[in-house]
Amino acid sequence: MNSDIGFYGMAGSALLVLVAIGISVWQGLGLERPLVVASLRAAAQLLAVGSLLSILLDKDTPLVFAFGWLVIMLVFAVWTARNRASEVPGIVPLALVSFGAATIVSLGLLFGLGVYPLNATTLIPLGGMVMGNSISATVLVARRVIDEFTDKRDEVEARLALGQSGREAARPYLRSAIRTALIPQIETTKAVGIVFLPGAMVGLILGGVDPIDAVRVQAAVMYMILGSVATTTTVIALGLGRQLITSDLRLLRLSRAR
Amino acid sequence: MVSLFSLVKVCLVDGTSTILKDITVEIPDRGISVIVGPSGSGKSTMLRTLNALERPTSGSISFRGERFESLDVRQLRRRVGMVFQRPTVFDGTSGENLLVADPTLDRAGLITALERVGLPPELLDRDARQLSGGEAQRLCLARTLVTEPEVILMDEPTSALDAESMHLIEHLAQEIAESGVRILWVTHDRAQVKRLATWIGRIEGGVLVDSGPASAVGHAHGDDGMWRTVDSAEGTEG
Repeated sequence: MNSDIGFYGMAGSALLVLVAIGISVWQGLGLERPLVVASLRAAAQLLAVGSLLSILLDKDTPLVFAFGWLVIMLVFAVWTARNRASEVPGIVPLALVSFGAATIVSLGLLFGLGVYPLNATTLIPLGGMVMGNSISATVLVARRVIDEFTDKRDEVEARLALGQSGREAARPYLRSAIRTALIPQIETTKAVGIVFLPGAMVGLILGGVDPIDAVRVQAAVMYMILGSVATTTTVIALGLGRQLITSDLRLLRLSRAR
Repeated sequence: MVSLFSLVKVCLVDGTSTILKDITVEIPDRGISVIVGPSGSGKSTMLRTLNALERPTSGSISFRGERFESLDVRQLRRRVGMVFQRPTVFDGTSGENLLVADPTLDRAGLITALERVGLPPELLDRDARQLSGGEAQRLCLARTLVTEPEVILMDEPTSALDAESMHLIEHLAQEIAESGVRILWVTHDRAQVKRLATWIGRIEGGVLVDSGPASAVGHAHGDDGMWRTVDSAEGTEG
């Protein structure tokens, strides 16, 4: 299969947006304008990123620019997490540390073990995948922690009242939040290949790569995402747990996550 | 004689509302002291400040002559135990609940802890969440007792229980007080105050309006005057 669909092909695929608009009109959803705006915005963003990537991925472009792009992605990921979980106290520093930790651990292992060669072509997409998946995990675990500490406030305070340290009192509820946040990722990992074919693999197969080679790449990506999500959720949960219990061992008053 | 708790001009402001206003009181180091007042009067908040679960905005609190600031909060909480309004059991068996308070207890120690509050040893391996309300509250009391506190703060501990369980908990509190552990009990229940209190502190709108030995506080206001505001809060929490 030819992987280059060209602008004509891209425009042709946009006919599917017309289907969505048609449904909106038919059902009176009033979503025609948002659909058009979202589709045009996506195309513009992707074209802009594509142009930038074609410069960054050029063999003659120094690797430092790829690292610079990684930092920009990190800032954008933190900003997105802040917007999606603004009710979580200290979300900006927490997200910054957790995304940073997840990126360093995941990419450090992949490049350190030589799974992928370190260059702009590998660094940017892998970094993007780590951070993209970390955003959802961050929002999920942060909200779970807030919910746990709100629902089980009596229990946390009863533990503190027994003379437990903040870490001891928080541990059962942080553990529960981390488990809840990790289970969807584990389920996704289990279902891969049977229920759905993940994006990286589909992209490679559409690009004409042998399916077995595509599977190897996908497996490495899945493990990387699993590791980075586990890192992110743990850093966020532990960091948030420390913030919610004061230094004089009182549980802060919380407003429930939306 | 040094007071059990000494509060000097204790204020607690939460946002724009003042929960406790200039509370100055000496709570005696004997028997069962009862803080009584209507719903929202600040009596539970006052109790929580004594376990350091709330921090006063201003003023000072001392426990047996030692200022709170000079005490390690975890040590303080082992000395000043607390039982909450709703039975607050943790996941796991009754035995595991007791081990949260003292992980060094062996099986014999766990059984002794249950028996101290009149619970049978066979409950040790029972899921704590399957216990009745009365059993769960007694387990919470047992859990607090294994930290060997010098005083137990009891925040309306019987308000969620049936009459039989209420009398059991009251009886246990009296036994514990006789064994030398002080009790500071918060309630809005007039009859309960009469049954338990050796000392009464009456709180209204965050202000301590009266305090003293049970007989003296009752006489000073006449029985009706003493209870008018308290009765209005029956069935609600403070």
